Amino acid sequence: MKKTDITIAVTGLNAIDSPGPGISVIRALRESSYYNPRIIGLSYDTMEPGIYMHDLVDKTYQIPFPSAGVDNLLHRIREINKKEKLDVIIPNFDAELFNFIKLEQRLSEDLNIKMFLPSLNQFEERQKSNLFAFGKKYKVKVPKNKTLFSLSEIPLIENDFTFPLVVKGKYYDAKIAYSREQIAQHFEKISVRWGLPIIIQEYIFGSEVNVTAIGDGTGRTVGAVPMRKQYITDKGKAWSGISLDDDKLLKITHDIIKATKWKGSLELEFIKTSNEEYYLLEINPRFPAWIYLAVGCGQNHPDALLKMALGRKVKSFSKHETGKMFIRYSYDMIVNLKEFEKISTLGEL
Amino acid sequence: MKIKQNIAISDSGFIFNPTTGDSFSTNPIGQEIIKLLHNSKTEDEIRSFILETYQISRDHFEKDYYDFINVLKKYKLLEENEKD
Repeated sequence: MKKTDITIAVTGLNAIDSPGPGISVIRALRESSYYNPRIIGLSYDTMEPGIYMHDLVDKTYQIPFPSAGVDNLLHRIREINKKEKLDVIIPNFDAELFNFIKLEQRLSEDLNIKMFLPSLNQFEERQKSNLFAFGKKYKVKVPKNKTLFSLSEIPLIENDFTFPLVVKGKYYDAKIAYSREQIAQHFEKISVRWGLPIIIQEYIFGSEVNVTAIGDGTGRTVGAVPMRKQYITDKGKAWSGISLDDDKLLKITHDIIKATKWKGSLELEFIKTSNEEYYLLEINPRFPAWIYLAVGCGQNHPDALLKMALGRKVKSFSKHETGKMFIRYSYDMIVNLKEFEKISTLGEL
Repeated sequence: MKIKQNIAISDSGFIFNPTTGDSFSTNPIGQEIIKLLHNSKTEDEIRSFILETYQISRDHFEKDYYDFINVLKKYKLLEENEKD
């Protein structure tokens, strides 16, 4: 069967030690059974490795940082669209999603560029600072948490938490604190990098298990693959992981997607205790960097999301292979200075 | 006493628990006992088989057998209702 040509823009090309999901998403899209994609990378930094991975990314354009706002992003997408005629955009960063959600309708109506994103309400409801309320509303166990806006608030939380506890940034980063001094140290480091607020979370002992999933927006789970990290880097990222056969974890995932009518991709992060209780730590409203494992397990979620974005009907995946592993590796590319010069000065390569 | 149905055991003695993602290695005797448990053999049947096949005293077998069963329990490889 001849595949249909399509142009897809993808962000998250930062395949670094704390990797964005873009490269894994692109690998999955290139294995689509229906589409023959031309991949347009959208980058924020000239050192994102995906910019130079020409076997995966056909062309890359720099886009403004999320802090530049919705109008600047729209302006840049219009410019890119004039040259590339984009069919679909798949954003992969938490921090950029607000802007893309805001633009979803305009991009669809004005430029016929489709996305498949959660609603603003879904996006906000699962924010780390709102997660405890989310757990109460949807009857999911969530570790107790408290939001801090200044260092002076640290003494106020001491009656509510015991050590150790977890200090988390709004979008990224999490560190364990064993004393009041360590809370202050982590607060300063994380807030300088990611801004406020800082979230203090109860520390739950157990092993970390994650699920990557997609919902169709009606409450139906289109696909879900659970994974346990096997090797974790000093940045807390999975360097290797293995797919699981865990019915209880999948049921919790299906229940969350059903109750929230989640639309799009998401990653659920849990701690499984020795009593086999599951505590939800985070919901990331996008594909995880390890999404290619789902493809290896027989569920190509990016391909399913692409079809849904274009209004095609997609059947739910009924099974996945367990005991499949992913292992990351690092690889030095040799890049000509001309290429670096081009992306640095012209904003495209 | 029964090994969980979804536990995968290879010929090399590699054991994989797909619910937790844990994997283990066992020696050939451990592998043999796990296969017997997997096939729903009772403790008496396993004892008879091992004592007939290998030169080992009954006391020695029982000590090692219960140690091994405790390891399987610890790693949650036995069916839940078969724990005690």
